[in-house]
Amino acid sequence: MSPRYVSGKVLGSLGTLAFVIVFNFFLFRVVEGNPVATLFRGRNLTDAQRAAMRHQFGLDGSKLDQFWHYLVQLAHLNLGRSYETNATVLSEIGAAAWPTIWLVGISTLLSTVIGVAIGIVAAWRRGSVRDHALTSFTMTTYAMPDFWLGMLLLIVFSVLLGWFPIGGISDPTSNTTGIALLADQAYHMVLPCLTLTVAYLGEYAIVMRSSLLDTMREDYLTLARAKGLRDVLVRRRHAVPNALLPVVTLIAINFGFVLSGAIAVESIFSWPGLGHATYAAIRAPDLPMLQGLFLVFSASVIFFNLLADLAYAYLDPRVRTS
Amino acid sequence: MTALAGGKTPSARRITWIRRRRAFAGAWRDYRASTPGLIGLGVLVVIVIGSLAAPLLANHDNLDPSKTLTTPLWASPSQLSPLGTDNLGRPIWDQLVYGSRVSLLVGLAATVIAMVIGSVVGVVAGFYDGWPSAVLMRVTEWFLVIPFLPLAIVLASILGPNVRNVIIVIGITSWPGTARVIRAQVLTVKQRLYVERSRALGAADRHLMLRHIVPNVSPLILANTTLTVPIAILSETTLSFLGLGDPLRASWGRMLDEAFSNGAIGKNAWWYYLPPGIGIVLVVLAFTLVGHALEEVLDPRLRERRS
Amino acid sequence: MSTPLLLDVRDLHVTYPSGGGVPAVRGVSFQLERGETLGVAGESGCGKSTLAGALLRLLPPGTEVSGEVLLDGENVLTMREDRLRAVRWTELAVVFQGALHTLNPVKRVGWQIEEAITTHERGIPRSELRGRVAELLETVGIPGRRAVDYPHQLSGGQRQRVLIALALACSPHLLIADEPTTALDVMVQAQVLRLLEDLQRDLGLAVVFITHDLSTLAAVCRRLLVMYAGRVVEDGPSDEVFGSPKHPYTAALAAAFPIIGDARFRMAPSGLPGDPPDPRHLPSGCTFHPRCSVARPECASRAVELWPAGEGRRAACVQVLDEVPT
Repeated sequence: MSPRYVSGKVLGSLGTLAFVIVFNFFLFRVVEGNPVATLFRGRNLTDAQRAAMRHQFGLDGSKLDQFWHYLVQLAHLNLGRSYETNATVLSEIGAAAWPTIWLVGISTLLSTVIGVAIGIVAAWRRGSVRDHALTSFTMTTYAMPDFWLGMLLLIVFSVLLGWFPIGGISDPTSNTTGIALLADQAYHMVLPCLTLTVAYLGEYAIVMRSSLLDTMREDYLTLARAKGLRDVLVRRRHAVPNALLPVVTLIAINFGFVLSGAIAVESIFSWPGLGHATYAAIRAPDLPMLQGLFLVFSASVIFFNLLADLAYAYLDPRVRTS
Repeated sequence: MTALAGGKTPSARRITWIRRRRAFAGAWRDYRASTPGLIGLGVLVVIVIGSLAAPLLANHDNLDPSKTLTTPLWASPSQLSPLGTDNLGRPIWDQLVYGSRVSLLVGLAATVIAMVIGSVVGVVAGFYDGWPSAVLMRVTEWFLVIPFLPLAIVLASILGPNVRNVIIVIGITSWPGTARVIRAQVLTVKQRLYVERSRALGAADRHLMLRHIVPNVSPLILANTTLTVPIAILSETTLSFLGLGDPLRASWGRMLDEAFSNGAIGKNAWWYYLPPGIGIVLVVLAFTLVGHALEEVLDPRLRERRS
Repeated sequence: MSTPLLLDVRDLHVTYPSGGGVPAVRGVSFQLERGETLGVAGESGCGKSTLAGALLRLLPPGTEVSGEVLLDGENVLTMREDRLRAVRWTELAVVFQGALHTLNPVKRVGWQIEEAITTHERGIPRSELRGRVAELLETVGIPGRRAVDYPHQLSGGQRQRVLIALALACSPHLLIADEPTTALDVMVQAQVLRLLEDLQRDLGLAVVFITHDLSTLAAVCRRLLVMYAGRVVEDGPSDEVFGSPKHPYTAALAAAFPIIGDARFRMAPSGLPGDPPDPRHLPSGCTFHPRCSVARPECASRAVELWPAGEGRRAACVQVLDEVPT
């Protein structure tokens, strides 16, 4: 990987980030009109109070002034204060980020491993009963709205069977700490994690299957078989690693999107993460929060896109050595 | 053939038409060979007819809680056939039938918007060299990284919740993927054109675009359409579930939202939350099956794989 | 007891499963002795690459193969899986066409040669393995240090040489060279052919050359076999077949392809109208008659077979019957 390749990709990502920052400003400030009015619907405020509020949220002055103000604040990592809680948006997002990172991280790991495995098995015995069964299953999970799947799991495992809690991240009535708290949180995470895993594995299985089917038509597999390699080795050494290359990219890109994709599922399970915060911010509506969340979601997609590009370049010698 | 027998040379237009029709017949023959494709098509036909014939199948008055005062609340299907009632006594069946209209309408209309933007951007960016192409692709890349759901949420909350806005929001957030695919195809077609020297013979851009580029990318647009509709339908469902759908019109997503927020889970009112979800899965699955079958028929690379 | 023939193919039929069965090879028989060279010629789609695949059972699953492929007296088609794997590459190796995707694009070429060796011989020390790979590469005229390169870092000609080195890795008795020069430019083609000729002579290899380029075959092989629509339409000593073809298809092929380096051939138009027939809808009678310039009315209905056509020659054309004294 040449330094030129890396710096080119990094610069491209920074450009995209700049676009998102500008876009974010116009989306919220210009289209919205007057957030202070939205915020204090019906309540009487003196003009002085209004002006103070407008200043606090950086809404006074011309659009250009506002934009400058927004950039300066952003440079100081100041995303404003939540209309709802009056805490800084950054601290609200920081608090909500960890539950989402855990939930999304674990479920992405599981869904990729399981999905890729399903894709390999289905493609290798293409057209068999097993292929048809697996492909029907993955197509169906792919067609399900993730929150509906969550509702079904909630009903079966919490309401009917009573095996898992209805929602939340820990039992609010107990005040455990340390290992016991972690265990309680893990217990609460089972259902949302299962939901996201099943909801996302379909895509990986379908992509892996089709990528492996493409690879299986390659001449170098015929060469490997002609050399006298066992089928298992042909698959393990030649077919699967090569078919995985595009899938690795997809996984990295998707990880950025999954952070924001868990909005509905987190709401179902009252999981106090970024998705749930978004849901709350929509219902409020809490514009600074929405704006901050939007920025974080976009930045994460850009970051993981960059990671995908670099990972691909590292894994594929055709890119790495040129 | 008859034109030839009559001693007249058929016009170029007519030859093209005959050739197109033959190509279409061939494509249909290939399509028929795909069992999943036929199943998907069958399910779609049934659901579309059902939603068009909604007034025959269901009673629109039953969607208005002020007109369902006599029906029991939370009635199970055994108490009130065919599918029971919700928390306001409204029969689920009527909501389900009329809800299919909104879900399909949003899915199709949003896809049309996405396809128009995506195709135009893709064809223009692929056809012209230099800065217009570069600028368009940069913009497309930008839109690709903006996370779809948050953007749709922000737009929907700014524009206000009604069916038209939901269509617009989904439409203008779903085009970048299509634009990229179409552009790639246009580039390869263009490459072929250069080889054929059609351009060197002085053909105008307009002629090239309409006669060569568009016919060559339209199968791809068609396949892409059938694969975008299910995603648009799922997006509508999610937006409605988050409370950003039209509060005045039943859709499958809004039914799930109301079922969830009115405690259908605690009451285990399966007749409330199962039917709309199953409806969504069926429609999405059907469109996906049709899309994959079309892709295999229309994409020569995939067709090879099948044989 | 005489030693069996190195390769004895008897009435080989291959049918692909798609679309209700596509007969790609329809009754091909030929023999090959140790150290002998045989050329198989024909347009793309005539079944010659399918033939190559059938010899090592490399065709996609579901393909129907019947007849016999006796390799050193052992039938490859009925062999057990483990025996088949052992025979592959040690008895019979294939030189594939050197396009970019014939070698695994993400593995070093040295590794890919090592893999062939270690598949058949266990427990070779790393240093010895390295040495053997370097030696193989040197044999085909590539510096041993290039073993750490990836396929895309080599030129087309170098890739083809690597494929030859790879084929030699387990010292097979028989090489199948399937379109070994197609992807290369003319100068490199000549070099690669010379390399193959030298190796064949020095190592005493038997080689089956498969290509659509009749002039190449005539230069390299002792015996020639011309295929059309899945069947052998002419065989015999190569200079005779090329010099005075008995089958109009051979004649057309001979006229269609230039002799390498011969300026007269550079501008020659391709001499054969039309495309090879669709194997699913073969013409009646002689399958070549719709494209044949000397076809007679009877050709559309009369079945043809390989009739004797002079000393050590056969051809599947009614013309040869005229010459036979009655």
